[in-house]
Amino acid sequence: MHTIRAKQHLSPNVWRLVVDAPRIAEIRRPGQFVIVRLGAGAERIPLTIADADPEAGTISLVIQSVGKSTYDLVELEPGQAISDIAGPLGSPTELLEAGHAVCVGGGVGTAVILPIAQELSRRGVRVTSIVGGRSREWVIMEEELGRAGEVLPCTDDGSYGRPGFVTEALKDAIEAGGVDAVYAVGPVPMMRAVSELTRPYGVPTTVSLNAIMLDGTGMCGGCRVTVGGETRYACVDGPEFDGHQVDFRALADRLSTYRVFEQEALAKREACRAESGETTPIAAEVRS
Amino acid sequence: MNEERPPLTKKERMAIDRVVMPEQDPELRAINFREVNQGLTYQLALLEAQRCLECPKEYCIAGCPVSVNIPRFIRFLRDGDVAAAANSLLADNALPCVTGRVCPQETQCELVCLRGKTGEPVAIGYLERYVADWAQAHADELEHATATRTRKSVGVIGSGPAGLTAAGELVHRGHDVTIFEAFHAAGGVLIYGIPEFRLPKDIVQAEVDRLKEAGVKIEPNAIIGKTFTLPELRERFDAIFVAVGAGLPVFMNVPGENLKGVYSANEYLTRVNLMGAWNEESDTPILHGRRVAVVGGGNVAMDSVRTARRLGASESTIVYRRGREELPARIEEVHHAEAEGIEFKFQVAPVEVIGDEQGWVTGLRCIEMSLGEPDASGRRRPEPIPGSEFELPCDMVVVAIGTRANPLLTASAPDLVVNERGYLQTDAHGMTSMPGVFAGGDIVRGAATVILAMGDGKRAAGAIDAYLNGTYPPEEKPAVEPRHRSAAATA
Repeated sequence: MHTIRAKQHLSPNVWRLVVDAPRIAEIRRPGQFVIVRLGAGAERIPLTIADADPEAGTISLVIQSVGKSTYDLVELEPGQAISDIAGPLGSPTELLEAGHAVCVGGGVGTAVILPIAQELSRRGVRVTSIVGGRSREWVIMEEELGRAGEVLPCTDDGSYGRPGFVTEALKDAIEAGGVDAVYAVGPVPMMRAVSELTRPYGVPTTVSLNAIMLDGTGMCGGCRVTVGGETRYACVDGPEFDGHQVDFRALADRLSTYRVFEQEALAKREACRAESGETTPIAAEVRS
Repeated sequence: MNEERPPLTKKERMAIDRVVMPEQDPELRAINFREVNQGLTYQLALLEAQRCLECPKEYCIAGCPVSVNIPRFIRFLRDGDVAAAANSLLADNALPCVTGRVCPQETQCELVCLRGKTGEPVAIGYLERYVADWAQAHADELEHATATRTRKSVGVIGSGPAGLTAAGELVHRGHDVTIFEAFHAAGGVLIYGIPEFRLPKDIVQAEVDRLKEAGVKIEPNAIIGKTFTLPELRERFDAIFVAVGAGLPVFMNVPGENLKGVYSANEYLTRVNLMGAWNEESDTPILHGRRVAVVGGGNVAMDSVRTARRLGASESTIVYRRGREELPARIEEVHHAEAEGIEFKFQVAPVEVIGDEQGWVTGLRCIEMSLGEPDASGRRRPEPIPGSEFELPCDMVVVAIGTRANPLLTASAPDLVVNERGYLQTDAHGMTSMPGVFAGGDIVRGAATVILAMGDGKRAAGAIDAYLNGTYPPEEKPAVEPRHRSAAATA
C-alpha cells in the first residue's frame, strides 16, 4: 500500500498527490512513469513521476481528473492509500549536456516537463520553460519551474502572462537563436503544433506520448504508436519520441478508443454520487 | 507396490467406455463466464479409474512433462482412497488443479496410454482434475511435509506456472523463497491469460495462497529490469530463477494493424481476465465486438474467440492459415468452441485490416492459402493462392499468433547470454550464463504450454537445490522436449 502524504490543488482539475513509493523515489529518472491501480476493480493507469524525494521515500503524481479512475484518485486524502504503484517505467529522457533547452508544458503535461527542466538545470543547461493554460488558474507548477530557469507563462484568454498559445512564445524563443532542444508535453494538438513549428528550424524536439496502457512493460501492445512510419510501444520504447517523427493523428485516434466507455463510467459515477447526496468537487470539462 | 488384486478383471475393465465430462450447456455457456467443464462425480471418477490397466511399461509417466506417477494416483482413487491419491499427485505436481484443466493430455499422457491403441485412452486429465479439486477442498486432510530451514534464499522472477512450481518445490526443501511479480496479482498467464470459463481464478488464487501458507513471499508490482535489475537481485539472494515468460505480443505486420478495434490477444485477455472487464463492476473498458475475427489457431486464439462470443459477438471467427489438422490448440478447446457456435476459416491469412474514416475496424482482408510440403515443425507449409483475396467483415480483430521474448529483464543484465531471438541460454540443468541464475519456461523455450513451463520449474528447483547445497550439477535427466501433435496422434 502507498499512503498519501500530501495533497495539493494545482488547477481547477489538476491535483498533486505525494505518495509513499521509496524504491521508485530512489531510482526514477526524468521522463519515467508509474502504473497506478487504486484498489480492487480499479483500472491500471499510467501517470508521470513529476517529482521525487528519495529521503522521504515519496513521489509526486500530478493527476488531471478527466475520467472515473482519475476522479477516484484525486478524491483521496492524506492518510488514505493507493493499492498498487509499479515502476519506474519507460525510458528516461535523453537530455542535453549543455546549451539552451526550451521546455514547453501544456496543462497537466507540465508535470512531465518539471523533472526534465530540473535535471537539465542541474547539468548546467540553460532552461526556458513555457507553460500554457486556458486562463491564469490553469497554469501550473510555475514556481517550481522557476527554480530551474526562466518561465514564460501563456494563457489562451490573456488573463495571465503572454496572451496566446505556447507556440507563439516558442517561436520567438527560437527566432532569438541559440535553442538547442525543445521538450514539449501536453495535449496532442499542442505537441503536434510545437513539432510542426520547430521542424523548419531543425530544432530537435522531444514529445511524451500518453498512450493507452495496461501493463507498461511491452506485454499488451495497446500503446503502439507510429513513429517514423514504424510501430513503437510508448511504454518501453518511449514514452518520449522525436516529435518530428510522430504520427499525431494516429495517436489522437487511438486515444479515443474508449471515449464512450469513459463518458458512461463518469456519468454512472455522477449518478451514484447524486443519489447518495455527495457532490463532485469540480465537474471539469474533458480536455482532449 | 500394491499387491491387492483389483476387483475387476482386465476384460471387465476393457469393457468400460471412457467417461464423458459433464459440461455446461453450450448455448447457456456461450453467454456466461462460468466454467465449461463441470468435473466428474465421485462415481464417474471411480468408474474411469477402473479403466486403467496398470500396464508394466507405464508409458503415461514418460509422457508427462513433470513425470506424474499416473498409475499410482489412479490406483489409490480406484481403491476409494482419494486422500492417498491426492498425496500421491501433489508429491509430483505442484499445480494439479491447473494442469487437470489446461494440459494438452491428448499429446502427452493420453497419447501414449495403451488403451488408446484399441479405443479411447484413460481420461487421465479428468481424473487428475477430480483428485486435485478434492485435495483443494480437503486441504486439512492431507500430508503437510515440513522441511528443515536451510537459511538459503531464492528469488523467483515471475509468478506464472514455472515460477509457482519452482517456488513450491524450493520452499518444501526448506529454502526462503520470494517471488517477484510485475503485475499487481500473482499467477502470470493463469491469471491474465487463461479465461475464467476454462480455469476459474479462485482455483489459481487457492494455489497461490497454498504457497504463501507454506512460506513463499510474493512481491507484486516488481518489474525486474525496471524496479530492480537482475544483478541487484542476484546480490540479495543465494540463487535466482528467471521465469518471466515470453511477454511480448507478435503482430501480423500488415497495414491497418493500429486501427481501433485491433487487439493483441495479450491485451484482450488481460483486460478481460486480470482486470475483470467481463464484469460490470470493473473500471477497465473492453470493446464488445459484434463480428470478431481472431487470427491464430492455438489455445490463446481459442480463448480469445470464445471470450468474444461471451462478450456478445454474434459472429466470432477463427482465421487460421493452415488446416483443421494443424490447429495447435487442445482438441477439447476446439470441440468446445465449435459447440459454442465459433466459426472456423481454415487456410486463410490476413493481408490487411480495413477501417473507416474514424479509424475503427470494418473488416479483415484475407488471402486463401494452399498447403504444401511439411516444414520444420512437421506441419504443412501454407502458401498464398494468387488472386484469392476477399474481405471478411468484422468490427474487431484479435491477433493471437504468438509471443516472443520481452527484453526488459535481459537489458538490465549485460552478462546474461541470450540467443538470436532473445531467449535465455541455459545449460542442461537450467543455469544461465550468470552463475546461480537459473531460467525456465517460455523465456527459455519460447511460447509453449503451462505444463512444459512447470516441468522446467520443477527441474530448475532440483538444480537450484543442488547449487545451494554445493552439489551442482545435479544427477538429473535432461529436459523433456516439447512435442507437436503429429497426424498419427490425432488419427
